[in-house]
Amino acid sequence: MSPILEVNDLTVTFPGGIQAVRGVSYQVSRGEVLGIVGESGSGKSVTSLAVMGLLPRNAVVSGSVKLHGKELLGMDEGDLVKVRGKAISMIFQDPLSAFTPVYTIGNQLAEAVRIHQKVGKDAAAKKAVELLDLVGIPHPAIRAKSFPHEFSGGMRQRAMIAMAIANDPDLLICDEPTTALDVTIQAQILEVLKTAQQETGAGIVMITHDLGVVAGMADRVMVMYAGKPVEEGAVDDIYYRPRMPYTMGLLASIPRVDGAEGPLVPIEGNPPSPKNLPTGCPFAPRCPMRVDACEEEEPPLVAIGGDRHVACIRSREIEHKNLTGQDVFPTPVIEHAPIERVPREQRTTVLELENLIRHYPLMKGAVFKRRVGTVHAVDGISFDIVEGETLALVGESGCGKTTTLQQIMQLQPPQDGRIVVLGKDSSKLDKGTRKALRRDLQIVFQDPMAALDPRMPVSDIIAEPLRAHGHKDTDAKVKELLELVGLSATDGDRYPQHFSGGQRQRIGIARALALEPKLLVLDEPVSALDVSIQAGVINLLEDLKGRLGLSYLFVAHDLAVVRHLADRVAVMYLGRIAELGSVDRVYDHPAHPYTQALLSAIPLPDPEMERTRKRILLEGDLPSPADPPSGCRFRTRCPKFARLSEHERTRCVEEEPVVIRLANAGDHGAACHYAEEIEVITASDDQEEQ
Amino acid sequence: MGRYLLRRLAMNVVLVAIAASLAYMLAATTMNPRASYEGRQPPVPVEVIDRTLDNYNLNDKTPVLERYVRWASGVVTGDFGSKWNGGSVGEEMGRRIGVSLRLLFIGTIVGFALGVALGAYSAVRQYKLSDRVIGVGSFVVMAIPVFVMATMLAIATYNLNRGLGFTLIEYTGEYNPNVTGFWPLLFNRLNHLILPTISLSLGAIAFYSRIQRNMMLDVLGQDFVRTAMAKGLRRRTALFRHALRTALIPSATYFAFAFGTMFVGATFTEKIFAWHGMGAWLVDSIQQNDVNSVAAVALFTAACILIAAFISDLLVAALDPRVRVS
Amino acid sequence: MRSKVVLGRMLKNRQARYGMIAFVALVLLAYVGPFVGPYDWTDKDFLSFLVPPGGDHWWGTTTIGQDMYALTLRGMQKSIVIGVLTALIATTLAAIVGAFAGYFGGWIDKALMWGVDLLLVLPSFLVIAIISPRLKESSWLWFVVLLAVFTWMITSRVVRSMTLSLREREYVQAAVYMGIPRWKIILKHIVPNLSSLLIIDYTLNVSGAVIGEAALSFFGFGIQPPEVSLGTLIAEGARNATGYPWLFAFPAGLLVLLVLSINLIGDGLRDALDPGSNS
Repeated sequence: MSPILEVNDLTVTFPGGIQAVRGVSYQVSRGEVLGIVGESGSGKSVTSLAVMGLLPRNAVVSGSVKLHGKELLGMDEGDLVKVRGKAISMIFQDPLSAFTPVYTIGNQLAEAVRIHQKVGKDAAAKKAVELLDLVGIPHPAIRAKSFPHEFSGGMRQRAMIAMAIANDPDLLICDEPTTALDVTIQAQILEVLKTAQQETGAGIVMITHDLGVVAGMADRVMVMYAGKPVEEGAVDDIYYRPRMPYTMGLLASIPRVDGAEGPLVPIEGNPPSPKNLPTGCPFAPRCPMRVDACEEEEPPLVAIGGDRHVACIRSREIEHKNLTGQDVFPTPVIEHAPIERVPREQRTTVLELENLIRHYPLMKGAVFKRRVGTVHAVDGISFDIVEGETLALVGESGCGKTTTLQQIMQLQPPQDGRIVVLGKDSSKLDKGTRKALRRDLQIVFQDPMAALDPRMPVSDIIAEPLRAHGHKDTDAKVKELLELVGLSATDGDRYPQHFSGGQRQRIGIARALALEPKLLVLDEPVSALDVSIQAGVINLLEDLKGRLGLSYLFVAHDLAVVRHLADRVAVMYLGRIAELGSVDRVYDHPAHPYTQALLSAIPLPDPEMERTRKRILLEGDLPSPADPPSGCRFRTRCPKFARLSEHERTRCVEEEPVVIRLANAGDHGAACHYAEEIEVITASDDQEEQ
Repeated sequence: MGRYLLRRLAMNVVLVAIAASLAYMLAATTMNPRASYEGRQPPVPVEVIDRTLDNYNLNDKTPVLERYVRWASGVVTGDFGSKWNGGSVGEEMGRRIGVSLRLLFIGTIVGFALGVALGAYSAVRQYKLSDRVIGVGSFVVMAIPVFVMATMLAIATYNLNRGLGFTLIEYTGEYNPNVTGFWPLLFNRLNHLILPTISLSLGAIAFYSRIQRNMMLDVLGQDFVRTAMAKGLRRRTALFRHALRTALIPSATYFAFAFGTMFVGATFTEKIFAWHGMGAWLVDSIQQNDVNSVAAVALFTAACILIAAFISDLLVAALDPRVRVS
Repeated sequence: MRSKVVLGRMLKNRQARYGMIAFVALVLLAYVGPFVGPYDWTDKDFLSFLVPPGGDHWWGTTTIGQDMYALTLRGMQKSIVIGVLTALIATTLAAIVGAFAGYFGGWIDKALMWGVDLLLVLPSFLVIAIISPRLKESSWLWFVVLLAVFTWMITSRVVRSMTLSLREREYVQAAVYMGIPRWKIILKHIVPNLSSLLIIDYTLNVSGAVIGEAALSFFGFGIQPPEVSLGTLIAEGARNATGYPWLFAFPAGLLVLLVLSINLIGDGLRDALDPGSNS
């Protein structure tokens, strides 16, 4: 079968000599899914925009892009517009900004239809509704009249897919189609994509940084680094037999939701800037297998057996010795604090939340604001953290985990319930005690750029908490802290913008540690970082905890990261805790249907398992926290509720479940009337979804 | 949405009332109509002056609040009080209001439409010669105050007419009273409109073109324009169908703000081209210590600006569904 | 460190460079020029009324024999001083009101912003014109104050909305969680991050005030004789502009140059300080 799309030696150069793409070649056939994997700045998105001819005009593109044998590069606009949206469609990452805000979704879909098909307005509108129905949008005829901002993220992405398949394309390019979405929604969207592919029989180019997403979707995978493919081959080969150290490191550095605890394999250093690439292999500076020859010349992408290509001079050797990332990359040894051997009941409690409630008034109107409802952001949650322990608070966006964290950090009396930090009740603090207590309670933020004042040098940033608490001589302490987090003492004079994301996050950690706190609140500390950087920061956090005897409250949406870092986990849904317990218990024997769905939705970087796995897909979107369902909040989407008898359901509708310790389990409780433990992520043969 | 706009309208009426009242108070306390009667030859007796001023509600011996109450209760019933010499402010306003509104209306429409068009064109042709010419042009125009612009235009026209030997473009007054007949009069009026319109709208054109260009450039870089092209629209079509309307929203919000500037500009053009409008009246009545006339102009201005603000709200709501729903 | 970067970027910016050169040249002309000219601005040459430019009177003379060169430069001095002072007061006021309203929110915010709305209902020109009769006898500094009081509103709105977003920044939250007092947070984190806006706005307020002064003086509502400003000179010149163009051309030309140079600086500064924005 002849390929639909053939890309040959594609290069893209931006003004200033920035080589974003440096020679990419690939082919996609009908019905085939090609995964392009790479970290930010690897050139993977630019490649696809170049194929579509959508790059800014000042970009210089060379090479060849052939669709059905016809060259697209240099084609004039009149012919190109007949290809775009017809033969090749594209699905973009952020579905909010990808729709024009001032037109209805239906209009934009109908427009896509009418550009390429000679149909009337009414017929196009009807087709738009059919497309929305096809991608699983409920009440499509009504929803077609909605504007983009009235759709949730998942629905927008569905609509985006509907638009992309409106003209039966031969090729779909998906640029990070699920990155902006929550994991249960991601699972839905990937399902829709599969449906769309079956419907159109199109080839798919799937661009992502998430090795889990690709594992389940792709037939072949291309790994990109610094604007070039470094390895390419069938999906199983890439995942099970990587032959390039970068791919090996990447696979080894991903925290896995089914993986063992313990240190991750980090890749040291940062990807090179496209402005000054090293002369040799661009990965050489970070590569543990580097030899002198690596730095002399950039290795070309050469075929090694069958359909695979690798750009590494030592690939034969890797193949011969059958090396893996774990063999090649040094794994740090992380010591555990002595306190971790003390039984939980005997340790002191550092944080205790009791029935915490935080409601916001929902206001309407621009001039005279009036209250039209109440947002139940946090609606009665309780948990505690003991010395030397990490509790993870996980949940999807809108579940109330950030509000919980803010309530703790503010150290103010809560609306209802109690917050007790290190034995001190936040409602009984005076100004002085509150300030003193802040020494022991510090925070690390999610976005390492926004968390550091761009106008202050790093040494001032780290010294800020010290000075606020009356320390005069801060220089020595700042140097010590910089070294503690793995930076150099001389970095203090530079400004935050001179550091990479991972380094900035280390600065944020240093600042949080300056006052030697006992409890550290981590607000999604690694979610903004690339995979290869993430592992290093996770290891650092784990190491610091052991060395300094810290306790962590770790807020995250990534369950795989949580598994590695946390001792206990609390799963939140719509302002309530659904399940709470030790990580091992909750991950291996989840009892709440929501936890089960959440865990089953996480893609694993393992093609074999992804192919055989059955997902528990949730219906629809998160209900509005301003109007939560009666009784059990999860019942509207609960797969178990759907299977219950009418009689059994009344209990779910009428009675709100509380977290109840499960029988025969130590530290494990679930807020479900019909809690039942099942396994969803182990790779057992008899996978069944209850 | 309708209720929201109604509330907004009510709010604006309150603001007009407050603004006009404040303006009256200011005028009544700073101006001295008595001066117009004192120092006359032969001297007018103080009692006569007091009586006259009392009649006109202009006597500074009466407490301001008392004068204000009398003025305000008049205004509510449509009586705007007396001019300093006893003439009716309401009648004078009736004569002048149309003159000003015509100028303001045409100036605003021309300024907005041309400015937005030029700005959009300039953005689409970014860095090309035409973009640069428009950019430099609007920059220079924005540095020229209306009164300099109007005077320059008047001088130029004077010299042009002299050079031609006949009056091609009129530069004083609103129309020539000697012209009769419908078509000749209309033509004559239009001819008289040319210079005031140019001097009034040039500044607005420059202002809106800069805003619109910047907004367009902001929008051009956004994902939805890329999506529109990925659907198979030509760049030009994508820009006009998807970028222009979105980029119009911020320009529409500036509408109200720019109207105040427009009113001040109109004051100068009216004075310089000898039109008898509200702006010219403001200047004259301040020089004549004519408190009630000043208050009337202030009321008119506040009302105009808030109507412009209201139209601006309507425009934004019409353009932007995100505002409409809330 | 950062100021060096900004300065470098600004000098690289062609617009700002031209604006800077022009502005410095105009200021030098205004303050050094009078020493070079043969006449003082108060001198009246009774032998030459309405003489065209050339000879002894470089820029000609007025109806009463004043030397236009000396007069115009004197007027420009006044215009520059008024512009610089007015903008200083206006920007400071805008920063204080905006930062207060934005950071503290609640009723303080509502009250302040309602005041701003009210001030925006009437054009400042109109209000100052109404008050002007009272200022006839007082110092021109009062005029400056008045101009400033009616120019700060828009800036303060921008400052307010920026403060609102800065307040939510994580580094500001971090400072709150460290136990740093509010006033210190405003000084250390909020104001420095507003500085580029304020600097740009200051520049644009200078040119706004120069135009505002000229506009009011054009109708005699501003600077009062015997003092002169570019506005009073333009008003005088416009009346006789067809017959004696030099009376109008010199002050008007200098006014336009002055405003243009300041606007160029402001725009260049915006590019240098705030590379992300292009508004």
